[in-house]
Amino acid sequence: MVLAKRIIPCLDVKEGRVVKGVQFVDLKDAGDPVELAAFYNKEGADELVFLDITASFEKRETMLEVARRTAKEVFIPFTVGGGISTIEQIRNILNAGADKISLNTPAVENPSLVKEGARIFGSQCIVVAIDARWNEQLEDWEVYTHGGRQATGLSVLDWAARVEELGAGEILLTSMDADGGQAGYDIPLTRAVCERVSIPVIASGGAGKMEDFARVLIEGRADAALAASVFHYRHFSIREVKEYLHAQGVEVRL
Amino acid sequence: MIGVIDYGMGNVTSVRNAFSYLGFATVLTDKISVLDSCSALVLPGVGAFGSAVEELQRKGLFAYLQRRHGEGFPLLGICLGLQLFFARSEEAPGSCGLTFFTETIRRFSSAGKVPHMGWNRVDTVALPLFQGIGEKSRFYFVHSYYASLTPEAGRIASCDYGVNFAAAVKKGNTYGLQFHPEKSGEAGLRLLLNFGRMVEGAHHPGD
Repeated sequence: MVLAKRIIPCLDVKEGRVVKGVQFVDLKDAGDPVELAAFYNKEGADELVFLDITASFEKRETMLEVARRTAKEVFIPFTVGGGISTIEQIRNILNAGADKISLNTPAVENPSLVKEGARIFGSQCIVVAIDARWNEQLEDWEVYTHGGRQATGLSVLDWAARVEELGAGEILLTSMDADGGQAGYDIPLTRAVCERVSIPVIASGGAGKMEDFARVLIEGRADAALAASVFHYRHFSIREVKEYLHAQGVEVRL
Repeated sequence: MIGVIDYGMGNVTSVRNAFSYLGFATVLTDKISVLDSCSALVLPGVGAFGSAVEELQRKGLFAYLQRRHGEGFPLLGICLGLQLFFARSEEAPGSCGLTFFTETIRRFSSAGKVPHMGWNRVDTVALPLFQGIGEKSRFYFVHSYYASLTPEAGRIASCDYGVNFAAAVKKGNTYGLQFHPEKSGEAGLRLLLNFGRMVEGAHHPGD
């Protein structure tokens, strides 16, 4: 069993432009998500995630155009998330050339969307994104929606098991406690979810050092690690992380 | 011109994009007159074995593909496309595939997570199709069923996922790939370039 652990850069896209784009890199247009995607592909990214944070509904069409252009130039799998809440939108994004879509708030509000999406397009296309935060009172991790603004009362572990049952092919797990802190991924959370479900789990939130990737993939048992800032701000390159992981005995695609 | 067979099974955008990126023109069609004018045919496919067989039958492409294979015309099956080259699949016990290979496609059991999804190592034999691709390169897989056959029966590449299975097969000028070359980065593009050069001749501008 030698499936490689995956390293996935995440690109936040607003109205077709990258927010927090790569700096210090000689790109013609660092704000162009497709150019950045091609750059990460060359660096050895195993997959890409585009998170559409466009606020206005009218401008959502821009993400379809980003997906179309990416599919013409970048030949690794990519996922589009953010603002997708109907089967029609899923179909449009996949037809534009994306390999997977991710659902966050709409999955909680309408779990049948996960089920229908998996039935129509296949589980391998449907990623459920879960934003998790530790709740002292509940002594459990709680699911948050609406970009982390709304607590749901749902247990993360129960919700993860539920989305697997519904047909999700993968879970994108973000620790809100760790996110932005660059102090390492949330190992206990990641490990707990990985032990609860049998679908692949992508760990997200907290990457700061190369060691953090090794820890979440080994101790946290994640199948993939997602990061944004450490790559965008060139703390290290994707290739450096993968060479480091390889030296640590982690199976990666070099 | 490379003919991509249009039979309504899954997303064919990526494979067309990849050929186009490499400088090869493609046409997506279910019309035999158009397919006849092509230099090679690609059978892509994501979806279920049974409904794919039905669609090929309904469009008159099933017998057509069997005839072209018999004539030694270059065919490339990708993912479900490879599986359709076989006689049967555990996915649809009542359906009969194109039967270029007589073995049965099986479902992964106890191998770990199913579908087998991600980058796995592929061991290839020395063939022009794999020229320039490093030993044990990784390719991107998404599948729940696999072909198992001996090298003598046409296995040209192998992969391990709990069980050792055929990552690629060949019979005459028919090639099948279980992985997605159009999603396998540099290694996948190189394989498609090799295929394109084989079928479009050596004077391709990409040389």
